[in-house]
Amino acid sequence: MQQSLVSKEYQTVNYVSGPLIFVEGPKGVSYGEIARITTPDGEERTGQVLDISGDVAIVQVYEGTSGIDDLKTKVRFTGDPPKIFVGYGMLGRVLNGIGRPRDGGPDIIPEDYLDINGMPINPYARDKPSDFIQTGVSAIDALNTLVRGQKLPIFSGAGLPANELAAQIARQAKVRGEGEKFAVVFAAMGITHKEASFFMRDFERSGALERVVFFMNLADDPTIERIATPRCALTTAEYLAFAHGLHVLVILTDMTNYCEALREISTAREEVPGRRGYPGYMYTDLASLYERAGRITGNKGSITQIPILTMPDDDITHPVPDLTGYITEGQIVLSRDLFRRGAQPPIDVLPCLSRLMNLGIGPGKTREDHRNVADQLYASYAYGRDLRRLVSIVGEEALTEVDKKYLNFAEKFEKEFVSQGNEDRSIERTLEIAWDLFSLLPEYELKRVKVEFIQKYHPHYAGGARRGTG
Amino acid sequence: MAEGLVARISGPVVVARNMKGSRMYDVVLVGDEELNGEIIRLDGDEAVVQVYENTEGLKVGEKVTTTDVPLSVELGPGLLSSIYDGIQRPLPALTEMSGSFISRGITVPGLDRSRKWDFSPAVRKGDSVGPGDILGTVQEYHIEHRIMVPPTVSGVVQHIHEGPCTVEDTVCVLEDGTELTMMQRWPVRKNRPYTRKLDPTVPLLTGQRVFDSMFPLVKGGTAMIPGGFGTGKTVSEQTLAKWADTQIVVYIGCGERGNEMTDVLTEFPELVDPRTGKPLIHRTVMIANTSNMPVAAREASIYTGITIGEYFRDMGYDVSLMADSTSRWGEALREVSGRLEEMPGEEGYPAYLAARLAAFYERAGRVVCMGSEERTGSVTIVGAVSPPGGDFSEPITQNTLRIAGTFWALDTSLANRRHFPAINWIKSYSLYLDMVHEWFVENVAEDWKDLRDRNMYLLQKEVELQEIVQLVGPDALPEHEKAILEITRMIREDFLQQSAYDPVDSFCSLQKQYWMLKVILFFHDAIIDAMERGVSMKQILDLPLKTRIARMKEIEEVSEIKGIIEEINTGIKGIGGGG
Repeated sequence: MQQSLVSKEYQTVNYVSGPLIFVEGPKGVSYGEIARITTPDGEERTGQVLDISGDVAIVQVYEGTSGIDDLKTKVRFTGDPPKIFVGYGMLGRVLNGIGRPRDGGPDIIPEDYLDINGMPINPYARDKPSDFIQTGVSAIDALNTLVRGQKLPIFSGAGLPANELAAQIARQAKVRGEGEKFAVVFAAMGITHKEASFFMRDFERSGALERVVFFMNLADDPTIERIATPRCALTTAEYLAFAHGLHVLVILTDMTNYCEALREISTAREEVPGRRGYPGYMYTDLASLYERAGRITGNKGSITQIPILTMPDDDITHPVPDLTGYITEGQIVLSRDLFRRGAQPPIDVLPCLSRLMNLGIGPGKTREDHRNVADQLYASYAYGRDLRRLVSIVGEEALTEVDKKYLNFAEKFEKEFVSQGNEDRSIERTLEIAWDLFSLLPEYELKRVKVEFIQKYHPHYAGGARRGTG
Repeated sequence: MAEGLVARISGPVVVARNMKGSRMYDVVLVGDEELNGEIIRLDGDEAVVQVYENTEGLKVGEKVTTTDVPLSVELGPGLLSSIYDGIQRPLPALTEMSGSFISRGITVPGLDRSRKWDFSPAVRKGDSVGPGDILGTVQEYHIEHRIMVPPTVSGVVQHIHEGPCTVEDTVCVLEDGTELTMMQRWPVRKNRPYTRKLDPTVPLLTGQRVFDSMFPLVKGGTAMIPGGFGTGKTVSEQTLAKWADTQIVVYIGCGERGNEMTDVLTEFPELVDPRTGKPLIHRTVMIANTSNMPVAAREASIYTGITIGEYFRDMGYDVSLMADSTSRWGEALREVSGRLEEMPGEEGYPAYLAARLAAFYERAGRVVCMGSEERTGSVTIVGAVSPPGGDFSEPITQNTLRIAGTFWALDTSLANRRHFPAINWIKSYSLYLDMVHEWFVENVAEDWKDLRDRNMYLLQKEVELQEIVQLVGPDALPEHEKAILEITRMIREDFLQQSAYDPVDSFCSLQKQYWMLKVILFFHDAIIDAMERGVSMKQILDLPLKTRIARMKEIEEVSEIKGIIEEINTGIKGIGGGG
């Protein structure tokens, strides 16, 4: 690591609390700069200045404060903001949470040395996301389409297969008509070794390993390092996307652990807590990560983000999913109910959303009837689900003929459309399944679909001809 | 002018020492990079400054200089179709200077200094002019940009310019030697003056059925749109920005997504204002302070926006201002307040939250403008609110509710079933109904209010009936109540739902709205009549009328919709009384 020649060492730590140390009397310290801390045992740690007040600097120590004393511990201020060496050679490597090799390999050959906080993209310089990404997952492609440059999180619950879904997306995602592959930047924050190795094995099996950069902060690694992990990952992603023109998919898991680290620091600083003890600035902090997705005018590369988070107690109103949903461009929500009934992936489409969907679908991108089909699937499935509740009270006999058809539709929708296992479905196949489902309903109920599309795609009209190509 | 030193840095808040003599809300330049900031507290010789740029790298001991001017915006030709950050720096200019990412310490003036405008005078030598009087005009796209005497100036014209000039060139010299340019500076936190306020009586039309026909907003009024994420706040705000029948639109992206601003930026130049036939971007001013841009500038952004709005109002225009989202503004306030270690109020928000919100919304209104030529202008505010967890009991929603005249409540369960706009018709209200009644009678139809009330009654009745259905099943209802459920389903699906993306349906004229509602309610009458004659509901529903009504949205011609009434008549009569 680069060292400044003029820096001084201070042996004036006078207060230690949680991940924070207070250093007295430092001169010329700048806000946000990196400090090197040497414990009495000679171990070197990294910290960052969070607050400077008169002659006291508050430093957060990434590797934790155990072993730090208030007598012999030395603190050196580097004058640099937190930076990371980046280079094309990071592809295929496994790094720790702050970007140092963890796989026993050689150091990264640096091509640039960048501030991990990055800078906000000028909204005027952003390019409109418009490329449809086919993930091969029907519930996403048809109903919540992912577009290049989007940030689309997966809201999961403890024990639900969010990782499997993320891996499936990373494996299957492609922009049609293009040969180029995604580079994947994978940032693990506080996940278990088992989960981390699941991803590694999955990438290995699909032969994508050399296209992946891993940032690993596992459950037993220092908590505070997690604050830096997504920033290092996104800085690397920005470099690969905007300096090398790659299409980068960033997977961040698990954002709930990240937010907990944020809360830990906030509590140690004795800040006024917001909801559930999370700091009031968590929205801004999360935005500074999520907003680093996107495309830039005149640049070939792009960053697409799939953050994964665990909703504590499956509660979507918990601050972590709530604030995330306010920043990201939609969400994919997993349902315990569907999971128990064996759906794979167990995506509950009703609370799902992709805000950029309309930019990536339609003639020339997917198919002309896509929007209508999606609207109709949503409307019919939502009605079918409502009926289920009714049936549990009054029994199925009380329903009208049409309503019974809706009930059947909802059932089949979950079994045949949402649940698909590891199948990689093309968008045409997905829409075909949707039209087959529509044929379960009376034609006059298909209000959301234009008449011309019904005549063109409904199995009743297009039957023989279409079956041939299917 | 005070010059002090940085004593403490905590995020966007910087404490400067040795600042005796500086004024509240004055702009200061912080540190060697001269970051823009604003004084928000004075304490002895210390000044607390909120900095509009990222403070990383700032050191204790760097200098802080006051500029002795409050945070102001530049007002003049060149505002329209611009896109600014929260403190009126034009984003295209920032891109030119620092590339695709925003770096720090850059100062760019809000108005283009080099561009020449063709000034045509409206006063002559010897005329005496006062505050708000129009000196002359400049054509900015299709809008006549009226150059006014600033609110604090008056005198006799000694010289008036004609022809091309820049915003800094003198266009008028008064006898006392005062030189006036086309540009005015105005502090953002100060309301621009007007002669008097008027009652708002003219509806602000949006082409959206649930807004115009059910919960109308007025020109000069205020509206709030609260809703959890994914309920369509931003789509609603953008729809309003597209179709609102005001001459000027100010769109503030306050702490929201970058890609959404891009969406506005790329879509608005292509869209055409249905009333003027000109691109929508030409009447729009955009303020973009996305969520990852500095938090203090987010706090300033809504003031920057409203001041620009008031400026166009003073010219005699109707202005609508969309703020998406005021919750992010409130959070910025909370963050700065927290860093100041102020005693927190509810949920950590500062105790002055309610007062600040009220003061902001009160800047809306329909007014008689200053100036000898009598003219009225208005500013309408539509604020989106993003309550955490979709819970409306939180402070920003509650405090806004006490001020806003129209309440458009977005509903997560409606959004989940893709009922858009997801406005909950039971919770929403408009306090302007009586004020606009007269206008609707004159411009739409005598029975507009009756239709609307009957519509509301049916929807309310539906809620009661649904409760019964949930308990005992739909079969237990008598026929005429089943008919109500059938009709309200039509109201919901075929009237209230409206696609923002469908080329025909995205804008619905008032006449079309009226006739659509009329047709549905007429159908209800016809069903009741027929039932009395012994016709069963099934027989009626088997007619193709239901589909015909469902497809009304796709029809462009109002006369064709009127025609459906006749179809209903003949259709239902055709069944005959036999049954």
